[in-house]
Amino acid sequence: MPLFPESASTIANSIDYLYFYLIAVSTIMTVLIFSAVFIFAIKYRRRSPDEIPAPIHGSLKLEIFWSVVPFIIMLSFFWWGAQIFFESASPPPGAMDIYVVGKQWMWKIQYPEGQREINELHVPVGKPVRLTLASEDVIHSFFIPAFRVKHDVVPGRYDTMWFTATKPGRYHLFCAEYCGTEHSGMVGWVTVMSEPDYENWLTGGGSEGTMVQQGERLFQQLGCSTCHLLDQQGRCPIMRGVYGSHVQLQDGKTVLADDAYIRESILNPNAKIVAGFKPDVMPTFQGQISEEGLLQLIVYIKSLAITSAPGTTAPGAAGAATTGGGPRPPAKRTQPTGGKK
Amino acid sequence: MSTAIQDPQTVERPNYLNAEYGWKSWLLTTDHKRIAILYLISITLMFFVGGIFAVLIRLELLTPQGDLVNSDTYNKFFSMHGIVMVFFFLVPSIPATLGNFLVPMMIGAKDLAFPRINLLSWYIYIVGAVFTLAAVVLGGVDTGWTFYTPFSSSYSNTFVITAASGVFVAGFSSILTGLNFIVTIHKMRAPGMTWGRLPLFVWANYATALIQVLGTPVVAITLALVGLERAFRIGIFDPAIGGDPILFQHMFWFYSHPAVYIMILPGMGVISELVTCFSRKSVFGYSFIAGSSIGIAIIGFLVWGHHMFVTGMSMYASLYFSLLSFLVAVPSAIKVFNWTATMFRGSIVYDTPMLYAFGFIGLFTIGGLTGLFLATLAVDVHVTDTYFVVAHFHYVMVGGMVMAYMGGLHFWWPKISGRLYPEGWAKFAALLVFAGFNLTFFPQFILGYLGQPRRYHAYAPEFQVLNVMSTAGASILGLGYLIPLIYFLWSMRHGPKATSNPWGAKGLEWETTSPPPTFNFDKTPIVTEEAYAYSHKQEVEVG
Ligand SMILES: [Cu+2]
Ligand SMILES: [Cu+2]
Repeated sequence: MPLFPESASTIANSIDYLYFYLIAVSTIMTVLIFSAVFIFAIKYRRRSPDEIPAPIHGSLKLEIFWSVVPFIIMLSFFWWGAQIFFESASPPPGAMDIYVVGKQWMWKIQYPEGQREINELHVPVGKPVRLTLASEDVIHSFFIPAFRVKHDVVPGRYDTMWFTATKPGRYHLFCAEYCGTEHSGMVGWVTVMSEPDYENWLTGGGSEGTMVQQGERLFQQLGCSTCHLLDQQGRCPIMRGVYGSHVQLQDGKTVLADDAYIRESILNPNAKIVAGFKPDVMPTFQGQISEEGLLQLIVYIKSLAITSAPGTTAPGAAGAATTGGGPRPPAKRTQPTGGKK
Repeated sequence: MSTAIQDPQTVERPNYLNAEYGWKSWLLTTDHKRIAILYLISITLMFFVGGIFAVLIRLELLTPQGDLVNSDTYNKFFSMHGIVMVFFFLVPSIPATLGNFLVPMMIGAKDLAFPRINLLSWYIYIVGAVFTLAAVVLGGVDTGWTFYTPFSSSYSNTFVITAASGVFVAGFSSILTGLNFIVTIHKMRAPGMTWGRLPLFVWANYATALIQVLGTPVVAITLALVGLERAFRIGIFDPAIGGDPILFQHMFWFYSHPAVYIMILPGMGVISELVTCFSRKSVFGYSFIAGSSIGIAIIGFLVWGHHMFVTGMSMYASLYFSLLSFLVAVPSAIKVFNWTATMFRGSIVYDTPMLYAFGFIGLFTIGGLTGLFLATLAVDVHVTDTYFVVAHFHYVMVGGMVMAYMGGLHFWWPKISGRLYPEGWAKFAALLVFAGFNLTFFPQFILGYLGQPRRYHAYAPEFQVLNVMSTAGASILGLGYLIPLIYFLWSMRHGPKATSNPWGAKGLEWETTSPPPTFNFDKTPIVTEEAYAYSHKQEVEVG
């Protein structure tokens, strides 16, 4: 019977140390309070029915002491927890992308190289992996206890999470947000493989081509390509170089063309009209394209980004923009040097 | 009960129980004490309804396969358990029963400020309960007590609107009770009953009433919006029709975090009364305990986002909510330290109510400390939505709140019923509750860190042993709750008659007869001393 979960990611150990610190402080506090109550209850038990103890009304010094000292200790919890949380918020540059779609009640995983799986996630050991999370229906939550990571998968938008696995093996994957009938069946396995094994695994399967190719095909099939030309102005904005750029809008604002922007422009084209274009030209694709298809389109559009000038994008989008060529061979990615501990 | 103070009370004296007879005299009563009894009966029924669902949950979780009932049924079990226990037991529990009975008496008033509104509160509660029970009978609801969207508004095929209407309606009962308490405490205090002399139980109920009045409308609006979206497809929370599912969580927790304090503050008030009486000592740090209740009521409104650290909320919002969640722990800690200090150099006896107070201090300490784990950002990411959270809030709600409720019920039972309960059985049951509780919920902390998600019908086989322990504990806990039900009912007829002050306690409620007359006091009392003046000897300052 296990009493403590395996630790299999770079972040797992740092969270465990913080957890042990919390347990240590809590144990000390609990023992202090329990023994005070216990000792007082024994020592000051009523010895005669008419005994009347002298009243003690309080002590300002003590009140200040036991308000301030616990709060200072709590600030250490806050600080430590916030630090890890902050560090784990955005992936190191060059993290490899994997795309996750949750639906009642399964996890659909697709890899830029074209593989697709259900309730199985394969990752290489020692490399940062960024997951882009989408939901087809309700809120789910992607939870890998051995990695100590969890993130809600919210319909209508993209969320991201990342980790670096440290130990080959098979680990539980759970849905942690209640999502209906088979919530407890929305589980699977994360397989962490050595780098050569992973490369090997990647080459098997994927008969439909890479995600870029799949996205390109969709781009043709849905008729996007008739208006959105790649290199010259059509009735709609050009697609090459859009991803990661700052787009000037009709109302004078600018917006960063990231996953969320592309997604919104496909599903709700009138939400943000590019300067110089008219509304109502493009029909909505809401309900006509699956979440997986959307992700393929985005990966395709991302592959059209101009990646040679990473300095032109906003810092928040650095990871997204510089790895715009996600589906390209891994050799082209810049490896993070200080990204992991 | 060796400390009984004899008084020349005669059996025939009219009291609130024998003043009138018949159904009408109860169902149309405006006497706060009778309304408290109506509530007591109603919430006890709801407690056992919620308890039956808890038993079914624990039975299902004996085995990892999920083989007792199907998934849909299991999902309804935990949803109904949560909805019934939170909205129909924990929220009304102490304010509507002990608070209703005691607040007017403790401040020397004849009744609450609005006796008819008080009766109306009970009827509204019953309407809400009927809706919710109707949802159970019609086929149940499977959204969890949190009604998260868009599952509740667009996907669930169960009686969501019926159940949500029940909660919506019951909310008004809670608001009216709160309003009644605020006005009563402001306007109806007996001569000499200054704010600085109010019993801490009254302070706690006052703080609770503030939250009830300010917070409950928000959850009512939120659930109404869920109903509108579900019934008329107005896009509010479902992104498929233009809504925002996270907006729901902000609105829901804006009420439901403060609601945690609606549930626990009155319990803390009870503990202040118990610790002083059974230590026979004035309370240590009166103004700090009273002030911390108000502090909790205020800061409690600013921390709701700690339920949402993995929703992708902005980093800075997360930092803010984390920091303030630590801050709100300080007033709770102050209370625990002051209760402990009150026992110092006291004259302590171990009657049943005090055993429950010991239990409360111990279990609430663990519940509070594990709350700090959940306020710590990186740790919360791992343990949120796991059994760690389940264990944490049961330590606060059951280990804390229900312990205090049981302690209070035993303490004031002689006043309420005019009878004494059997002390031996009561002590035995209190020990069962304590042991059963820990066996049920402590293993769940371990399960949570291991990664067992909450609301799982089937679970990974390696989690079974801890789950079996939990189920074993639950059966002991269940027994611990059944025994008091039996002896309280028994004592109403067969228990020895209680004197007006069987514990030798301080407080105006003990100066009137047991049970009290309809208007509580023959003569409006005049208050000349502070609360818990257990001694008039020379006072000692320490520190
Ligand atoms: Cu789920
Ligand atoms: Cu909360």
